[in-house]
Amino acid sequence: MVAKKRKKNLNFFERIYIVEIIKGMILTLKNMFRPKFTMEYPEVKFEPPASYRGRPVLVLDENGVERCVACGLCSRVCPALAIEVQAAETEYEKERYPEKFEINMLRCIFCGFCEEVCPEEAIVMSKDYELVYTNREDAIYGKDKLLVPIEQLRDRIEFLRKFK
Amino acid sequence: MPKIILDGKEIEFKPGQTIIEAARDAGIDIPHFCWHPKLSVSGNCRMCLVEVEQMPKLVISCATLASEGMVVHTSSPKAVEARNAVMEFLLINHPLDCPICDEAGECKLQEYAYAHGRGESRFEEMKVRKEKRIQLGPYIKFDAERCILCSRCIRFTDEIAKSHQLTFIKRGDKVTITTFPGESFDNPYTLNTTDICPVGALTNQDFRFKARVWEMSKTNSICIGCARGCNIEIWVRNNQILRLTPRYNEDVNSYWMCDNGRLNTFKFVNSDSRIDGPFVRRNGLLEKVSWEEALSEASNKLKKYKGNEIAFIGSAYATNEDNFMFIKLAKLLDVKKVMFARHIKEGDQDDILIREDKTPNSLGAELIGLMPINENLLNELFEEISTGKIKVLYIIEDDIFGKYENLKELAKKLELIIVHATNKNITTEFADILFPASTYAEKHGTFVNFQGRVQRIRPAVATVELDRALDGMSMSRWDKFGTPFDRWMQGKKYDAKPSWKILTSISTKLGLKIKYEMAEDVFEDIANTIDEFKGLDYDLISNNGIKIKNKAYEYIK
Repeated sequence: MVAKKRKKNLNFFERIYIVEIIKGMILTLKNMFRPKFTMEYPEVKFEPPASYRGRPVLVLDENGVERCVACGLCSRVCPALAIEVQAAETEYEKERYPEKFEINMLRCIFCGFCEEVCPEEAIVMSKDYELVYTNREDAIYGKDKLLVPIEQLRDRIEFLRKFK
Repeated sequence: MPKIILDGKEIEFKPGQTIIEAARDAGIDIPHFCWHPKLSVSGNCRMCLVEVEQMPKLVISCATLASEGMVVHTSSPKAVEARNAVMEFLLINHPLDCPICDEAGECKLQEYAYAHGRGESRFEEMKVRKEKRIQLGPYIKFDAERCILCSRCIRFTDEIAKSHQLTFIKRGDKVTITTFPGESFDNPYTLNTTDICPVGALTNQDFRFKARVWEMSKTNSICIGCARGCNIEIWVRNNQILRLTPRYNEDVNSYWMCDNGRLNTFKFVNSDSRIDGPFVRRNGLLEKVSWEEALSEASNKLKKYKGNEIAFIGSAYATNEDNFMFIKLAKLLDVKKVMFARHIKEGDQDDILIREDKTPNSLGAELIGLMPINENLLNELFEEISTGKIKVLYIIEDDIFGKYENLKELAKKLELIIVHATNKNITTEFADILFPASTYAEKHGTFVNFQGRVQRIRPAVATVELDRALDGMSMSRWDKFGTPFDRWMQGKKYDAKPSWKILTSISTKLGLKIKYEMAEDVFEDIANTIDEFKGLDYDLISNNGIKIKNKAYEYIK
């Protein structure tokens, strides 16, 4: 067996360890009096900043109608093919709306391309990071789960207007 | 041939051709909106401006005749600047609602805006507002705002459909397209205007908002609406046909197809009335059975009858391959009566595309060797059934009981009725053994149109036996990357087979030694046995079809 070469030979104080142990204890002691970052999730929840990319949601406008016109660009740009849209005609001025809008959260990679490409500011990344499902079917989010009132998304929309 | 120099490249032209035509023949595309190879020159969009040396100003290439030695520049700074300016003008009053517009993805304005546009607007005033969602005709929605006033649709109705139904009204930026007051835009060819519309002003009501164009796969095929056999493309998403569009073929349909063919020849493929799996009648009721069971039942029963006790009725809707195999089985069983029914709608014919004969393959059926049913033949058949001479009827892919209603009465006298059908109809109600046949959109095969042109159909919709990737069918991006767990991959697949396959299985069970694996094998056999098809194969027929040799077939009633 070839003896391992040390990068640096330890000196006497290092070799007796006691000094090193004391050094370590001092560091520990220092940190004990620093402010704490650990959160006691799930009792305490993390509130992400506006730049955070949680699950994508559809914006429900003030008048109670989704902004989405089902143009299908999010679906086209999605690198993971997570989004499926089916358009239909509506009486509103926007002419078309998504009859079906499904995001397969198992496929979603939270890249935010859908939000970036959306011409109507209709799909945005929310702050929701708690995604739980126990089977494949549940992981497909339909319009019922995706539509979120605009009040809850102001933060993100302002962020997008500033930086997008 | 005389020559012009286009962008430094010498190209030949035929005398009388315009610059844009000469360029097109040489494979160079000069941007244009209002010019269309089959319509008169209008010259109003100004998109095709080019610089010609020795000429004081830029000229529009669609209305300038090419002449010997002309030096044309399509990408000189002057030409490019002019084109960008034209684009800017066109976009001033265009609503830019691409996310909503159905044309997005196949829109000329969109493409050229990307290639020649500035990328941003300098126009600060209000855009002109016009009416949207106008119901122009039974199948067409018109969006006046999107219209760039190229007049293609107007020229189409004047020159091709000859119905003179559309016109411009008003002046300046208020110009719009309309029919005469109270009139509906309703000639048999209206939907072609949605194809030639360079923007999304005219859209197909039937296809409206169904899908984005890039989500679908397209497959070259043939329309089955009449004996013309217009070349078409079948657009499919999630294994469902969403629309048909005409495919250019100068000898058959040019750029056009009729509204009836476009709207009414594909919906049965994905309808609830499709027959899914083989059925056999047990205790008076049709019961779903396995393929093996149905095939042996059919062959065992057929064996018991003599040739003159059986009548075979083929179909002008079936491919040549299907009918050829049908005749092979007839010969094996020594059946003399092998017929097919014509479906003629008297008077429903014009000199544009539409033919009286409403089947795609009546000439093919005749060439393969089926006898067209006439009055004598029909009466003889009725008589022989009522006297009990004929005991078995074998019908493929045609609603014979629906066409000849007397047969319903006579059905009691028949001991066995075998039917191949795509959808439930009157004939299938009387069937003792019912085989599910693939539709024209689910199989390979050939049709012969009224001109004697052999044309190919290809599978666009997958059945249980077909796999998009393995069988070389065209695929969209969704098809390529989808897994069985994705909802968009779960479009219904019917358990059907092409008639020739079913007939081959029965024939083999009856002792015929043939080995066909593909429709192409059957066609090879057709080419070897039938004079008119000699020397032909699928590669020769290709996308544009090929005319049968030595015979100028014209439709004979």
